[in-house]
Amino acid sequence: MNRLPFRLRVTLVVVPAAILLLFYIAPVANLIATVFRADTVSSTLNRPGLGSVIWFTVWQAVLSTVATLAIGSVPAYLLHRYRFRGRRVVLATTLVPFFLPTVVVGAAFLSLLPRSMHNTPWAVIAAHVYLNVAVVVYVVGAMWEVLPTDLTGAARTLGANPWRVARYVVLPIIRPALLSAATMVFLFSLTSFGAAKLLGGARYATLEVEIVRRATGLGDVDGAAMLSLLQLAFLGIVIAISSTLQRRGRIQLVGEARPRHVPTSRPTAICSLLFGVLFAAPLVALVTRSVRLGGRWTLRGWTQLGTTQVRRGISLGVDPIGALRTSLWFAVLAAVGTALLAGVATLAIVALRRWGWLLDAGMALPLGTSAVTIGLGMLITFDVAPIDWRAEWWMLPLGHVLVATPFAVRSMLGAARAIPGDLRAAAATLGASPTRAWWHVDVRALRRPLILAAGIAATVSLGEFGATSVLSRRGNQTVPLAIDALLGRAGDLPRAQGYALAVVLMVVCATTVVMVDLARSNTRSRLG
Amino acid sequence: MLRVDDVTVRFGPRTVLDSFDLTVADGDVVALLGPSGSGKSTLLRVIAGLIRPDRGRVWLDDRDVTDLPTHRRNVGMVFQDEQLFPNLNVAENIAFGPRMHGWTKAETAKRVDELLELVGLAGMGCRATSRLSGGEAKRIALARSLAPRPAVLLLDEPLTGLDRDLHDRLAIDVGALLRADGTTALLVTHDHDEAATIASRHVNLVGQ
Repeated sequence: MNRLPFRLRVTLVVVPAAILLLFYIAPVANLIATVFRADTVSSTLNRPGLGSVIWFTVWQAVLSTVATLAIGSVPAYLLHRYRFRGRRVVLATTLVPFFLPTVVVGAAFLSLLPRSMHNTPWAVIAAHVYLNVAVVVYVVGAMWEVLPTDLTGAARTLGANPWRVARYVVLPIIRPALLSAATMVFLFSLTSFGAAKLLGGARYATLEVEIVRRATGLGDVDGAAMLSLLQLAFLGIVIAISSTLQRRGRIQLVGEARPRHVPTSRPTAICSLLFGVLFAAPLVALVTRSVRLGGRWTLRGWTQLGTTQVRRGISLGVDPIGALRTSLWFAVLAAVGTALLAGVATLAIVALRRWGWLLDAGMALPLGTSAVTIGLGMLITFDVAPIDWRAEWWMLPLGHVLVATPFAVRSMLGAARAIPGDLRAAAATLGASPTRAWWHVDVRALRRPLILAAGIAATVSLGEFGATSVLSRRGNQTVPLAIDALLGRAGDLPRAQGYALAVVLMVVCATTVVMVDLARSNTRSRLG
Repeated sequence: MLRVDDVTVRFGPRTVLDSFDLTVADGDVVALLGPSGSGKSTLLRVIAGLIRPDRGRVWLDDRDVTDLPTHRRNVGMVFQDEQLFPNLNVAENIAFGPRMHGWTKAETAKRVDELLELVGLAGMGCRATSRLSGGEAKRIALARSLAPRPAVLLLDEPLTGLDRDLHDRLAIDVGALLRADGTTALLVTHDHDEAATIASRHVNLVGQ
């Protein structure tokens, strides 16, 4: 009776569903089909070197996860349990790496670590820890924040010593958070591309790096597809295991769970500040190395950023300024595209009511696929007329949209679901038709989340490296590719240029995040 | 016997307790009355060892426990918002204290049944704490704190947040229970009727 007109609902659903089907589901299905069509399974698996790639991918992911949990638990506890001067700054510092492009973190660790540590597993793992500590601080810290201090106090009055308080009270309660943090870190490390490519070199390649190498460097697309499938299976298994474990261990904190910061003594504060400094170190090193050349301070890395010639007649093959222009342009496109796609999808999910979860789940699918796999699927699918689009420049921003959409939908759906149903009812009783009520209530409510979605997409696009590596064509090199190329060149100048470009990317990303935050808080005050 | 001797607690610039003295004889139930912010809860926490006083000593049965960690003091405490362990069921919550004190399984099980009986909730051992009503949770919290036979029981506004009817009935129950057990107890409340029902005498605390 008060539902939206049928045709409007159909339009809302068809648009995102069609895009998802054409550019995500069909390519991935095609990828799987390719593997089973050819006899790639046996020929790829028999090739030497593959076993070591899989082995390295898994063990570095396990080690990265364990190290991240161990290291991240300390600031997670200190920063959420104690109050001291500078707490918020340190908290922000530990969260920053998560929002940085992986390629910037890779470059930062190259600049920080001595040459002897380059191309080692330890460099890769260190970067993974750095990137993912925010997950532990955020997810586990949120539990610490709501764990009443009186609960541990109660255990102590009942005779439990500190160790037993941790073992019997704290651990069971934070275990689900630990588990979900561990799962996320493990998945991120397993599908790591940017940091692994820059820091692991050719000897220590993760599956993701190997897929790209085969697809672009060796022209072995079938083999790459096979590895992508393997990767998909890995991800599926990990997600399945962790969701079963999590369902079993869920605990509800009853009663009032208010944060209780205990004013602290000096050692705690010093310990936390130390973590803050530790987290700032790679970024400081990055900036420093961009102005160091052959042991001297110089700005040549910056002033010659636009020079594409090493010496007269010898071209570098990299155009940093051009890459910057391309990246910014693609970021704008990806932001607009993602905001539109995620906005329509969100409205459709809400309008579908009972069946909304189907589209919701569909739009989240790209999350379970690595960016490289998404790019590879598009590469091998759009290569026959009339859809021979693989060489089209817009495939790249489209890939970025697909990578960013799940995050954008998540953030918008929260806002859409928070709309009180009575608001629509109120509009209806005041004489608004279902369509007008929808326009004024639902569509308008998405204005603020739309900005956030666009911002998420812009930062994703700026730092996107995986899908980009597969889909990039000559002439549309983005900044992450340029950084990778510069840092891979011999000579001090290209390196300094690479570091300088990484600093630029870092600043652009940070600016985007800050701008989105400001825009959001502005609209918030207006909308109330 | 519980003796608090010249205890001072400061939170930053604010003095919450100023040279406070108190003695509670064995088997006595004393109510601490006073407005919020007068340091009642803080005093309980000092006695339990959850807060270290800036000055003064706490004596339990002629032993100076001021520097003893909480888990070795043998004081029971009922918290304002119960603080039942959400990961344990009712029986496991009550058994927690005896378990920490190294009781045998048989002793513990017997004690749990005894206490469930005592607080009038026999047979509810397997219930999840999230499925208890407000009054039931208060009773379980009381049972849990009594389980390891503490030398002194501290009750921090144990009946706040209940509706009047249930509150009055529970106050009578708790008073009878403490007297029957001969428990030495210190009750913090802002309710004069509650103090009169449960305690044998009361001490007024004035806000600083």
